Amino acid sequence: MIPQIFQTVPIEHFVYLSAVLFVIGVVGVLTRSNAIIIFMSVELMLNAVNLLLVSFSSYHQDPAGQIFVFFIMAVAAAEVAVGLAIITMIYRNTHSVDINDMSRLKG
Amino acid sequence: MNEALLLMKPELIVTVIIFILLILHVARENSSPAYLLNLINGLLFINFLCGFFFNREGTLFGDMYVTNGLIVLEKNILNLGMLLISLQATDWLKKKDFIVEFYVLLLTTLLGMFFMLSSNNLLMFYLGLELSSIPLAALANFELEKRKSSEAAMKFIMSSAFSSGLLLFGISMLYGTTGTLNFAQLAMLIDGNPLQLFSFILLLAGFGFKISAVPFHLWTADVYEGSPVAVTSYLSVISKGAILFVMASVLFTVFKPLVETWYNMLYLLAVLTMIIGNLFAIRQQNLKRFLAFSSIAQVGFILIGMSGSSQEATASVIYFVLIYVFSNLGAFGVIALVSAQTGKEEIDDYKGFYLSNPMLALVMTLSLFSLAGIPPTAGFFGKFFLLMAGAGKGNFVLITIAALNMVISLYYYLRIVKVMFMEKNETPMEKLQISLFPRISLLTCMAGIILIGFTTLLYDYIFSLSTSF
Repeated sequence: MIPQIFQTVPIEHFVYLSAVLFVIGVVGVLTRSNAIIIFMSVELMLNAVNLLLVSFSSYHQDPAGQIFVFFIMAVAAAEVAVGLAIITMIYRNTHSVDINDMSRLKG
Repeated sequence: MNEALLLMKPELIVTVIIFILLILHVARENSSPAYLLNLINGLLFINFLCGFFFNREGTLFGDMYVTNGLIVLEKNILNLGMLLISLQATDWLKKKDFIVEFYVLLLTTLLGMFFMLSSNNLLMFYLGLELSSIPLAALANFELEKRKSSEAAMKFIMSSAFSSGLLLFGISMLYGTTGTLNFAQLAMLIDGNPLQLFSFILLLAGFGFKISAVPFHLWTADVYEGSPVAVTSYLSVISKGAILFVMASVLFTVFKPLVETWYNMLYLLAVLTMIIGNLFAIRQQNLKRFLAFSSIAQVGFILIGMSGSSQEATASVIYFVLIYVFSNLGAFGVIALVSAQTGKEEIDDYKGFYLSNPMLALVMTLSLFSLAGIPPTAGFFGKFFLLMAGAGKGNFVLITIAALNMVISLYYYLRIVKVMFMEKNETPMEKLQISLFPRISLLTCMAGIILIGFTTLLYDYIFSLSTSF
Protein backbone atom coordinates (compact mmCIF):
# COMPACT_ATOMS: atom_id res chain seq x y z
CA MET A 1 0.00 0.00 0.00
CA ILE A 2 2.69 2.48 1.01
CA PRO A 3 6.23 2.02 -0.32
CA GLN A 4 8.57 0.67 2.31
CA ILE A 5 11.11 3.40 1.67
CA PHE A 6 8.90 6.05 3.28
CA GLN A 7 8.56 4.05 6.44
CA THR A 8 12.32 4.06 6.94
CA VAL A 9 12.15 7.83 7.56
CA PRO A 10 11.35 8.44 11.24
CA ILE A 11 7.95 10.03 11.87
CA GLU A 12 9.55 12.88 13.84
CA HIS A 13 11.15 14.24 10.67
CA PHE A 14 7.77 14.62 9.01
CA VAL A 15 6.29 16.23 12.10
CA TYR A 16 9.13 18.76 12.38
CA LEU A 17 9.01 19.59 8.68
CA SER A 18 5.27 20.14 8.64
CA ALA A 19 5.39 22.14 11.87
CA VAL A 20 7.98 24.44 10.28
CA LEU A 21 5.89 24.77 7.13
CA PHE A 22 2.81 25.51 9.20
CA VAL A 23 4.58 28.19 11.22
CA ILE A 24 5.90 29.81 8.04
CA GLY A 25 2.31 29.90 6.80
CA VAL A 26 1.01 31.41 10.04
CA VAL A 27 3.73 34.06 10.08
CA GLY A 28 2.92 34.85 6.46
CA VAL A 29 -0.77 35.36 7.27
CA LEU A 30 0.05 37.55 10.24
CA THR A 31 2.71 39.77 8.69
CA ARG A 32 2.05 40.19 4.96
CA SER A 33 -0.31 42.87 3.76
CA ASN A 34 -1.05 41.70 0.23
CA ALA A 35 -4.31 39.75 0.18
CA ILE A 36 -3.09 37.28 -2.46
CA ILE A 37 0.07 36.49 -0.51
CA ILE A 38 -2.06 35.91 2.58
CA PHE A 39 -4.04 33.33 0.63
CA MET A 40 -0.78 31.72 -0.47
CA SER A 41 0.24 31.50 3.17
CA VAL A 42 -3.04 29.86 4.08
CA GLU A 43 -2.39 27.34 1.32
CA LEU A 44 1.00 26.69 2.86
CA MET A 45 -0.66 26.01 6.21
CA LEU A 46 -3.06 23.58 4.57
CA ASN A 47 -0.25 21.83 2.74
CA ALA A 48 1.64 21.40 5.99
CA VAL A 49 -1.47 19.71 7.34
CA ASN A 50 -1.63 17.52 4.22
CA LEU A 51 1.96 16.42 4.67
CA LEU A 52 1.32 15.61 8.31
CA LEU A 53 -1.82 13.63 7.51
CA VAL A 54 -0.09 11.60 4.81
CA SER A 55 2.87 10.80 6.99
CA PHE A 56 0.67 9.79 9.92
CA SER A 57 -1.42 7.72 7.56
CA SER A 58 1.71 5.88 6.46
CA TYR A 59 2.84 5.56 10.07
CA HIS A 60 -0.47 4.03 11.19
CA GLN A 61 -0.92 1.95 8.01
CA ASP A 62 -4.39 3.47 7.78
CA PRO A 63 -5.76 5.00 4.55
CA ALA A 64 -8.17 7.45 6.22
CA GLY A 65 -5.53 10.16 6.49
CA GLN A 66 -4.71 10.03 2.80
CA ILE A 67 -8.36 10.27 1.87
CA PHE A 68 -8.67 13.29 4.14
CA VAL A 69 -5.92 14.97 2.11
CA PHE A 70 -7.96 14.77 -1.10
CA PHE A 71 -10.87 16.47 0.59
CA ILE A 72 -8.64 19.19 2.02
CA MET A 73 -7.24 19.90 -1.44
CA ALA A 74 -10.73 20.17 -2.95
CA VAL A 75 -11.99 22.41 -0.15
CA ALA A 76 -8.89 24.61 -0.35
CA ALA A 77 -9.50 25.05 -4.07
CA ALA A 78 -13.10 26.10 -3.37
CA GLU A 79 -11.97 28.47 -0.65
CA VAL A 80 -9.42 30.11 -2.95
CA ALA A 81 -11.97 30.38 -5.75
CA VAL A 82 -14.34 32.32 -3.52
CA GLY A 83 -11.46 34.27 -2.01
CA LEU A 84 -10.10 35.37 -5.37
CA ALA A 85 -13.57 36.41 -6.50
CA ILE A 86 -13.83 38.58 -3.39
CA ILE A 87 -10.35 40.03 -4.02
CA THR A 88 -11.53 40.94 -7.51
CA MET A 89 -14.52 42.74 -6.02
CA ILE A 90 -12.26 44.56 -3.58
CA TYR A 91 -9.94 45.56 -6.40
CA ARG A 92 -12.87 46.88 -8.40
CA ASN A 93 -13.95 49.03 -5.47
CA THR A 94 -10.61 50.24 -4.10
CA HIS A 95 -8.04 49.60 -6.87
CA SER A 96 -5.80 47.84 -4.38
CA VAL A 97 -5.39 44.41 -2.83
CA ASP A 98 -3.54 45.73 0.21
CA ILE A 99 -5.37 44.75 3.38
CA ASN A 100 -4.24 48.00 5.03
CA ASP A 101 -6.62 49.80 2.70
CA MET A 102 -9.54 47.82 4.06
CA SER A 103 -10.18 50.11 6.97
CA ARG A 104 -13.63 51.40 6.11
CA LEU A 105 -15.07 49.20 8.85
CA LYS A 106 -13.63 49.90 12.27
CA GLY A 107 -14.55 51.02 15.75
CA MET B 1 -40.21 4.15 3.03
CA ASN B 2 -36.52 3.40 2.97
CA GLU B 3 -35.00 3.81 6.43
CA ALA B 4 -31.72 5.24 5.14
CA LEU B 5 -33.60 7.98 3.32
CA LEU B 6 -35.58 8.83 6.44
CA LEU B 7 -32.41 9.05 8.48
CA MET B 8 -31.07 11.70 6.14
CA LYS B 9 -34.41 13.45 5.75
CA PRO B 10 -33.37 17.01 6.77
CA GLU B 11 -30.38 17.02 4.43
CA LEU B 12 -32.35 15.50 1.57
CA ILE B 13 -35.17 18.02 1.84
CA VAL B 14 -32.74 20.94 1.80
CA THR B 15 -30.94 19.42 -1.19
CA VAL B 16 -34.24 18.98 -3.02
CA ILE B 17 -35.15 22.62 -2.35
CA ILE B 18 -31.77 23.75 -3.70
CA PHE B 19 -32.35 21.76 -6.88
CA ILE B 20 -35.91 23.02 -7.26
CA LEU B 21 -34.58 26.56 -7.08
CA LEU B 22 -31.82 25.88 -9.60
CA ILE B 23 -34.19 24.24 -12.08
CA LEU B 24 -36.72 27.02 -11.60
CA HIS B 25 -34.02 29.55 -12.28
CA VAL B 26 -33.22 27.95 -15.61
CA ALA B 27 -36.77 27.08 -16.65
CA ARG B 28 -38.56 30.30 -15.67
CA GLU B 29 -36.06 33.08 -15.99
CA ASN B 30 -38.56 35.91 -15.84
CA SER B 31 -40.54 35.02 -12.73
CA SER B 32 -41.32 38.05 -10.61
CA PRO B 33 -39.56 38.58 -7.28
CA ALA B 34 -42.84 38.40 -5.35
CA TYR B 35 -43.67 35.00 -6.89
CA LEU B 36 -40.20 33.65 -6.14
CA LEU B 37 -40.23 34.89 -2.55
CA ASN B 38 -43.68 33.40 -1.89
CA LEU B 39 -42.57 30.08 -3.34
CA ILE B 40 -39.30 29.97 -1.44
CA ASN B 41 -40.85 30.92 1.87
CA GLY B 42 -43.52 28.26 1.29
CA LEU B 43 -40.84 25.67 0.63
CA LEU B 44 -38.93 26.71 3.75
CA PHE B 45 -42.12 26.44 5.79
CA ILE B 46 -42.72 22.92 4.46
CA ASN B 47 -39.10 22.13 5.30
CA PHE B 48 -39.66 23.33 8.84
CA LEU B 49 -42.85 21.29 9.22
CA CYS B 50 -41.23 18.14 7.84
CA GLY B 51 -38.69 18.32 10.64
CA PHE B 52 -41.34 17.10 13.09
CA PHE B 53 -42.40 13.90 11.32
CA PHE B 54 -40.84 10.55 10.48
CA ASN B 55 -37.74 11.09 12.57
CA ARG B 56 -35.44 8.11 12.95
CA GLU B 57 -32.33 7.40 14.96
CA GLY B 58 -29.29 5.60 13.66
CA THR B 59 -26.02 5.79 11.79
CA LEU B 60 -25.14 5.80 8.12
CA PHE B 61 -22.08 5.59 5.84
CA GLY B 62 -19.97 3.34 8.02
CA ASP B 63 -20.62 5.33 11.19
CA MET B 64 -19.70 8.66 9.63
CA TYR B 65 -23.18 10.10 9.88
CA VAL B 66 -25.25 9.82 13.04
CA THR B 67 -28.65 11.14 13.96
CA ASN B 68 -30.79 11.04 17.11
CA GLY B 69 -33.56 12.97 18.79
CA LEU B 70 -31.29 15.73 20.02
CA ILE B 71 -29.67 16.28 16.63
CA VAL B 72 -33.10 16.38 14.96
CA LEU B 73 -34.17 19.01 17.49
CA GLU B 74 -31.05 21.07 16.78
CA LYS B 75 -31.78 20.89 13.06
CA ASN B 76 -35.35 21.98 13.67
CA ILE B 77 -34.10 25.01 15.59
CA LEU B 78 -31.86 25.92 12.64
CA ASN B 79 -34.76 25.40 10.22
CA LEU B 80 -36.94 27.71 12.28
CA GLY B 81 -34.27 30.40 12.34
CA MET B 82 -33.77 30.04 8.60
CA LEU B 83 -37.50 30.50 7.98
CA LEU B 84 -37.69 33.56 10.23
CA ILE B 85 -34.68 35.20 8.55
CA SER B 86 -36.08 34.47 5.12
CA LEU B 87 -39.41 36.06 6.07
CA GLN B 88 -37.63 39.13 7.41
CA ALA B 89 -35.47 39.51 4.32
CA THR B 90 -38.37 39.79 1.84
CA ASP B 91 -38.49 43.60 1.83
CA TRP B 92 -34.81 43.83 1.07
CA LEU B 93 -34.72 40.96 -1.43
CA LYS B 94 -37.59 42.34 -3.51
CA LYS B 95 -35.27 45.05 -4.81
CA LYS B 96 -32.44 42.65 -5.60
CA ASP B 97 -31.73 40.83 -8.85
CA PHE B 98 -30.21 37.63 -7.52
CA ILE B 99 -32.90 36.15 -5.29
CA VAL B 100 -32.37 32.54 -6.36
CA GLU B 101 -28.60 32.78 -5.99
CA PHE B 102 -29.06 34.24 -2.51
CA TYR B 103 -31.21 31.34 -1.40
CA VAL B 104 -29.08 28.68 -3.07
CA LEU B 105 -26.03 29.93 -1.19
CA LEU B 106 -27.97 30.27 2.06
CA LEU B 107 -29.45 26.77 1.81
CA THR B 108 -26.06 25.32 0.95
CA THR B 109 -24.66 26.65 4.19
CA LEU B 110 -27.67 25.18 6.00
CA LEU B 111 -26.92 21.82 4.38
CA GLY B 112 -23.32 22.10 5.56
CA MET B 113 -24.50 22.79 9.09
CA PHE B 114 -26.79 19.75 9.02
CA PHE B 115 -23.92 17.51 7.96
CA MET B 116 -21.73 19.08 10.62
CA LEU B 117 -24.36 18.45 13.31
CA SER B 118 -24.73 14.84 12.24
CA SER B 119 -21.04 14.19 11.87
CA ASN B 120 -19.51 11.33 13.77
CA ASN B 121 -16.16 11.58 12.10
CA LEU B 122 -13.59 14.36 11.84
CA LEU B 123 -13.62 14.27 8.04
CA MET B 124 -17.40 14.69 7.91
CA PHE B 125 -17.17 17.43 10.52
CA TYR B 126 -14.55 19.32 8.55
CA LEU B 127 -16.48 19.08 5.30
CA GLY B 128 -19.68 20.26 6.96
CA LEU B 129 -17.85 23.15 8.55
CA GLU B 130 -16.36 24.30 5.26
CA LEU B 131 -19.63 23.85 3.38
CA SER B 132 -21.25 26.06 5.96
CA SER B 133 -18.63 28.81 5.91
CA ILE B 134 -17.41 29.26 2.32
CA PRO B 135 -20.78 30.24 0.79
CA LEU B 136 -21.30 32.67 3.68
CA ALA B 137 -18.32 34.68 2.46
CA ALA B 138 -19.98 35.02 -0.93
CA LEU B 139 -23.18 36.05 0.84
CA ALA B 140 -21.39 38.71 2.89
CA ASN B 141 -20.36 40.23 -0.44
CA PHE B 142 -23.94 40.15 -1.72
CA GLU B 143 -24.27 43.92 -2.09
CA LEU B 144 -21.77 43.99 -4.92
CA GLU B 145 -21.72 47.74 -5.41
CA LYS B 146 -20.90 48.53 -1.79
CA ARG B 147 -17.29 48.70 -0.69
CA LYS B 148 -18.18 47.83 2.90
CA SER B 149 -19.80 44.61 1.81
CA SER B 150 -16.75 43.31 -0.06
CA GLU B 151 -14.51 44.41 2.77
CA ALA B 152 -16.62 42.35 5.18
CA ALA B 153 -16.47 39.35 2.86
CA MET B 154 -12.69 39.66 2.60
CA LYS B 155 -12.30 39.73 6.36
CA PHE B 156 -14.67 36.80 6.73
CA ILE B 157 -12.99 34.52 4.19
CA MET B 158 -9.51 35.35 5.54
CA SER B 159 -10.37 34.59 9.14
CA SER B 160 -12.38 31.54 8.20
CA ALA B 161 -9.58 30.13 6.04
CA PHE B 162 -7.01 30.83 8.75
CA SER B 163 -9.13 29.28 11.46
CA SER B 164 -9.84 26.16 9.43
CA GLY B 165 -6.07 25.88 8.91
CA LEU B 166 -5.60 25.86 12.68
CA LEU B 167 -8.46 23.41 13.12
CA LEU B 168 -6.98 21.07 10.52
CA PHE B 169 -3.56 21.12 12.13
CA GLY B 170 -5.25 20.11 15.36
CA ILE B 171 -7.19 17.37 13.58
CA SER B 172 -4.05 15.99 11.94
CA MET B 173 -2.21 15.90 15.28
CA LEU B 174 -5.16 14.13 16.83
CA TYR B 175 -5.15 11.63 13.97
CA GLY B 176 -1.42 11.15 14.43
CA THR B 177 -1.69 10.29 18.10
CA THR B 178 -4.73 8.03 17.82
CA GLY B 179 -4.80 6.70 14.27
CA THR B 180 -8.55 7.16 13.87
CA LEU B 181 -11.00 9.86 12.83
CA ASN B 182 -14.12 8.37 14.38
CA PHE B 183 -15.50 10.30 17.36
CA ALA B 184 -16.35 7.27 19.49
CA GLN B 185 -12.95 5.64 18.95
CA LEU B 186 -11.18 8.95 19.55
CA ALA B 187 -12.93 9.29 22.89
CA MET B 188 -11.57 5.90 23.91
CA LEU B 189 -8.03 6.55 22.71
CA ILE B 190 -7.47 10.07 24.05
CA ASP B 191 -5.33 9.87 27.18
CA GLY B 192 -4.12 13.46 27.51
CA ASN B 193 -0.53 13.20 26.27
CA PRO B 194 1.13 16.54 25.37
CA LEU B 195 0.57 16.21 21.63
CA GLN B 196 -3.14 15.65 22.21
CA LEU B 197 -3.32 18.68 24.48
CA PHE B 198 -1.60 20.68 21.74
CA SER B 199 -4.08 19.47 19.15
CA PHE B 200 -6.94 20.23 21.50
CA ILE B 201 -5.76 23.82 21.89
CA LEU B 202 -5.62 24.21 18.11
CA LEU B 203 -9.11 22.74 17.75
CA LEU B 204 -10.42 25.05 20.44
CA ALA B 205 -8.82 28.02 18.68
CA GLY B 206 -10.55 26.95 15.46
CA PHE B 207 -13.88 26.73 17.27
CA GLY B 208 -13.15 30.03 19.02
CA PHE B 209 -12.82 31.76 15.65
CA LYS B 210 -16.11 30.36 14.42
CA ILE B 211 -18.11 31.23 17.54
CA SER B 212 -16.16 34.52 17.84
CA ALA B 213 -15.00 34.00 21.40
CA VAL B 214 -12.43 36.52 22.66
CA PRO B 215 -9.46 36.58 21.75
CA PHE B 216 -10.55 35.24 18.35
CA HIS B 217 -13.37 37.75 17.87
CA LEU B 218 -11.67 40.51 15.88
CA TRP B 219 -13.37 39.74 12.57
CA THR B 220 -16.88 39.67 14.02
CA ALA B 221 -17.83 43.32 14.34
CA ASP B 222 -16.46 44.28 10.92
CA VAL B 223 -18.17 41.41 9.15
CA TYR B 224 -21.48 42.02 10.92
CA GLU B 225 -21.44 45.71 10.09
CA GLY B 226 -20.47 45.33 6.45
CA SER B 227 -22.74 42.45 5.45
CA PRO B 228 -26.39 42.91 4.46
CA VAL B 229 -28.76 42.65 7.46
CA ALA B 230 -30.15 39.26 6.43
CA VAL B 231 -26.66 37.79 6.25
CA THR B 232 -25.68 39.39 9.55
CA SER B 233 -28.63 37.86 11.32
CA TYR B 234 -27.86 34.51 9.69
CA LEU B 235 -24.25 34.72 10.86
CA SER B 236 -25.12 35.73 14.38
CA VAL B 237 -27.92 33.23 14.95
CA ILE B 238 -27.84 30.21 12.66
CA SER B 239 -24.18 29.80 11.93
CA LYS B 240 -23.13 30.56 15.49
CA GLY B 241 -25.83 28.30 16.91
CA ALA B 242 -24.80 25.37 14.72
CA ILE B 243 -21.14 25.70 15.70
CA LEU B 244 -22.10 25.92 19.38
CA PHE B 245 -24.14 22.70 19.11
CA VAL B 246 -21.25 20.92 17.44
CA MET B 247 -18.72 22.34 19.87
CA ALA B 248 -20.77 21.06 22.80
CA SER B 249 -21.07 17.59 21.31
CA VAL B 250 -17.37 17.41 20.34
CA LEU B 251 -16.24 18.57 23.78
CA PHE B 252 -18.65 16.24 25.55
CA THR B 253 -17.95 13.13 23.49
CA VAL B 254 -14.49 13.27 21.90
CA PHE B 255 -12.71 15.26 24.60
CA LYS B 256 -14.53 13.76 27.54
CA PRO B 257 -11.27 12.29 28.94
CA LEU B 258 -9.72 15.77 29.01
CA VAL B 259 -12.60 17.41 30.84
CA GLU B 260 -10.44 18.75 33.69
CA THR B 261 -8.17 20.45 31.19
CA TRP B 262 -10.77 22.05 28.99
CA TYR B 263 -12.82 23.25 31.93
CA ASN B 264 -10.05 25.73 32.78
CA MET B 265 -9.71 26.81 29.15
CA LEU B 266 -13.44 27.39 28.78
CA TYR B 267 -13.39 29.29 32.08
CA LEU B 268 -10.76 31.66 30.74
CA LEU B 269 -12.45 32.03 27.36
CA ALA B 270 -15.85 32.66 28.95
CA VAL B 271 -14.58 35.36 31.31
CA LEU B 272 -12.61 37.15 28.58
CA THR B 273 -15.46 36.87 26.08
CA MET B 274 -18.08 38.29 28.45
CA ILE B 275 -15.95 41.18 29.68
CA ILE B 276 -14.51 42.28 26.34
CA GLY B 277 -17.82 41.79 24.52
CA ASN B 278 -19.65 43.90 27.09
CA LEU B 279 -17.08 46.67 27.32
CA PHE B 280 -16.89 47.08 23.56
CA ALA B 281 -20.67 46.96 23.14
CA ILE B 282 -20.98 50.05 25.34
CA ARG B 283 -19.15 52.32 22.94
CA GLN B 284 -20.74 51.28 19.63
CA GLN B 285 -22.69 53.71 17.48
CA ASN B 286 -23.77 51.36 14.71
CA LEU B 287 -26.65 49.09 15.66
CA LYS B 288 -25.37 46.04 13.78
CA ARG B 289 -21.93 46.49 15.31
CA PHE B 290 -23.58 46.84 18.69
CA LEU B 291 -25.42 43.55 18.21
CA ALA B 292 -22.14 41.95 17.09
CA PHE B 293 -20.52 42.73 20.43
CA SER B 294 -23.69 41.80 22.27
CA SER B 295 -23.60 38.41 20.53
CA ILE B 296 -19.95 38.02 21.56
CA ALA B 297 -20.97 38.62 25.16
CA GLN B 298 -23.80 36.08 24.83
CA VAL B 299 -21.30 33.48 23.64
CA GLY B 300 -19.42 34.07 26.88
CA PHE B 301 -22.53 33.07 28.83
CA ILE B 302 -23.04 30.02 26.64
CA LEU B 303 -19.45 28.96 27.32
CA ILE B 304 -20.20 29.08 31.05
CA GLY B 305 -23.10 26.72 30.54
CA MET B 306 -20.93 24.48 28.39
CA SER B 307 -18.19 24.35 30.99
CA GLY B 308 -20.66 22.62 33.32
CA SER B 309 -20.15 19.41 31.27
CA SER B 310 -23.31 17.62 32.39
CA GLN B 311 -26.73 16.72 31.06
CA GLU B 312 -27.90 20.15 32.25
CA ALA B 313 -25.07 21.74 30.26
CA THR B 314 -26.19 20.22 26.96
CA ALA B 315 -29.82 21.03 27.62
CA SER B 316 -29.18 24.60 28.74
CA VAL B 317 -26.95 25.39 25.74
CA ILE B 318 -29.61 24.18 23.29
CA TYR B 319 -32.39 25.90 25.22
CA PHE B 320 -30.46 29.16 25.27
CA VAL B 321 -29.69 29.00 21.55
CA LEU B 322 -33.40 28.52 20.84
CA ILE B 323 -34.25 31.58 22.93
CA TYR B 324 -31.37 33.46 21.37
CA VAL B 325 -32.83 32.72 17.93
CA PHE B 326 -36.09 34.39 18.93
CA SER B 327 -34.64 37.37 20.76
CA ASN B 328 -31.85 38.17 18.32
CA LEU B 329 -34.10 37.74 15.31
CA GLY B 330 -36.67 40.02 16.93
CA ALA B 331 -34.05 42.76 17.11
CA PHE B 332 -32.65 42.00 13.66
CA GLY B 333 -36.15 41.90 12.19
CA VAL B 334 -36.70 45.52 13.19
CA ILE B 335 -33.26 46.50 11.92
CA ALA B 336 -33.96 44.70 8.62
CA LEU B 337 -37.21 46.61 8.15
CA VAL B 338 -35.64 49.97 8.97
CA SER B 339 -32.58 49.31 6.86
CA ALA B 340 -34.55 48.08 3.81
CA GLN B 341 -36.92 51.07 3.84
CA THR B 342 -34.70 53.95 5.00
CA GLY B 343 -31.13 52.65 4.84
CA LYS B 344 -30.46 53.85 8.40
CA GLU B 345 -28.40 51.67 10.72
CA GLU B 346 -26.92 54.03 13.34
CA ILE B 347 -28.20 54.09 16.92
CA ASP B 348 -28.78 57.85 16.72
CA ASP B 349 -31.19 57.31 13.81
CA TYR B 350 -33.46 55.50 16.23
CA LYS B 351 -34.06 58.61 18.35
CA GLY B 352 -37.80 59.09 18.77
CA PHE B 353 -38.44 55.73 17.11
CA TYR B 354 -41.30 55.06 19.53
CA LEU B 355 -43.26 58.12 18.40
CA SER B 356 -43.30 57.16 14.73
CA ASN B 357 -43.30 53.35 15.00
CA PRO B 358 -44.65 52.30 18.41
CA MET B 359 -45.11 48.61 17.54
CA LEU B 360 -41.63 48.13 16.13
CA ALA B 361 -40.15 49.97 19.11
CA LEU B 362 -41.98 47.58 21.42
CA VAL B 363 -40.74 44.54 19.52
CA MET B 364 -37.20 45.88 19.72
CA THR B 365 -37.54 46.58 23.43
CA LEU B 366 -38.87 43.15 24.23
CA SER B 367 -36.06 41.52 22.22
CA LEU B 368 -33.43 43.62 23.99
CA PHE B 369 -34.98 42.77 27.38
CA SER B 370 -34.78 39.11 26.46
CA LEU B 371 -31.15 39.48 25.37
CA ALA B 372 -30.36 41.27 28.63
CA GLY B 373 -32.12 38.54 30.60
CA ILE B 374 -34.91 40.44 32.31
CA PRO B 375 -37.75 38.28 33.66
CA PRO B 376 -40.41 37.29 32.59
CA THR B 377 -38.92 37.17 29.08
CA ALA B 378 -37.43 33.90 27.92
CA GLY B 379 -33.90 35.29 27.98
CA PHE B 380 -33.93 35.32 31.76
CA PHE B 381 -34.66 31.60 31.96
CA GLY B 382 -32.09 30.84 29.29
CA LYS B 383 -29.36 32.61 31.24
CA PHE B 384 -30.62 31.14 34.50
CA PHE B 385 -30.27 27.57 33.23
CA LEU B 386 -26.86 28.34 31.73
CA LEU B 387 -25.57 29.69 35.04
CA MET B 388 -27.14 26.79 36.92
CA ALA B 389 -25.35 24.34 34.64
CA GLY B 390 -22.11 26.26 35.14
CA ALA B 391 -22.61 26.36 38.89
CA GLY B 392 -22.79 22.55 38.92
CA LYS B 393 -18.99 22.61 38.96
CA GLY B 394 -19.04 24.56 42.22
CA ASN B 395 -16.97 27.45 40.85
CA PHE B 396 -18.82 30.44 42.23
CA VAL B 397 -16.19 32.99 41.20
CA LEU B 398 -17.16 32.34 37.59
CA ILE B 399 -20.86 32.71 38.37
CA THR B 400 -20.22 35.99 40.20
CA ILE B 401 -18.29 37.36 37.22
CA ALA B 402 -21.18 36.33 34.99
CA ALA B 403 -23.73 38.03 37.25
CA LEU B 404 -21.70 41.26 37.25
CA ASN B 405 -21.49 41.09 33.48
CA MET B 406 -25.25 40.77 33.24
CA VAL B 407 -25.48 44.11 35.05
CA ILE B 408 -23.09 45.74 32.58
CA SER B 409 -25.04 44.30 29.67
CA LEU B 410 -28.25 45.71 31.11
CA TYR B 411 -26.70 49.18 30.83
CA TYR B 412 -26.08 49.07 27.13
CA TYR B 413 -29.27 47.26 26.17
CA LEU B 414 -31.27 49.85 28.06
CA ARG B 415 -29.32 52.60 26.33
CA ILE B 416 -30.97 51.59 23.05
CA VAL B 417 -34.38 51.51 24.73
CA LYS B 418 -33.75 54.98 26.14
CA VAL B 419 -32.76 56.30 22.71
CA MET B 420 -35.92 54.91 21.16
CA PHE B 421 -38.37 56.06 23.82
CA MET B 422 -36.98 59.16 25.50
CA GLU B 423 -34.84 61.13 23.07
CA LYS B 424 -36.09 63.83 20.74
CA ASN B 425 -35.24 63.77 17.06
CA GLU B 426 -35.58 66.74 14.66
CA THR B 427 -35.75 64.44 11.62
CA PRO B 428 -37.74 61.46 12.90
CA MET B 429 -38.10 58.30 10.89
CA GLU B 430 -41.33 58.10 8.89
CA LYS B 431 -43.94 55.45 9.63
CA LEU B 432 -42.68 52.18 8.19
CA GLN B 433 -44.77 49.74 6.18
CA ILE B 434 -44.72 46.26 7.70
CA SER B 435 -45.71 43.76 5.03
CA LEU B 436 -47.15 40.34 5.80
CA PHE B 437 -44.00 38.19 5.89
CA PRO B 438 -41.93 40.36 8.26
CA ARG B 439 -45.04 40.76 10.38
CA ILE B 440 -45.44 36.97 10.76
CA SER B 441 -41.78 36.64 11.58
CA LEU B 442 -41.81 39.38 14.24
CA LEU B 443 -44.98 37.99 15.80
CA THR B 444 -43.41 34.53 15.98
CA CYS B 445 -40.36 36.00 17.70
CA MET B 446 -42.51 37.84 20.22
CA ALA B 447 -44.60 34.76 20.89
CA GLY B 448 -41.42 32.75 21.40
CA ILE B 449 -39.91 35.28 23.78
CA ILE B 450 -43.03 35.51 25.92
CA LEU B 451 -44.36 31.95 25.83
CA ILE B 452 -41.05 30.17 26.47
CA GLY B 453 -40.73 32.38 29.53
CA PHE B 454 -43.97 30.99 30.97
CA THR B 455 -43.66 27.30 30.32
CA THR B 456 -41.08 24.78 31.41
CA LEU B 457 -42.25 22.06 29.05
CA LEU B 458 -39.67 22.92 26.43
CA TYR B 459 -36.71 22.77 28.77
CA ASP B 460 -37.95 19.47 30.19
CA TYR B 461 -38.28 18.11 26.67
CA ILE B 462 -34.76 19.19 25.69
CA PHE B 463 -33.42 17.84 28.97
CA SER B 464 -35.04 14.45 28.37
CA LEU B 465 -33.38 14.24 24.94
CA SER B 466 -29.91 15.21 26.17
CA THR B 467 -27.57 12.38 26.95
CA SER B 468 -26.00 12.29 30.38
CA PHE B 469 -22.34 13.16 30.53
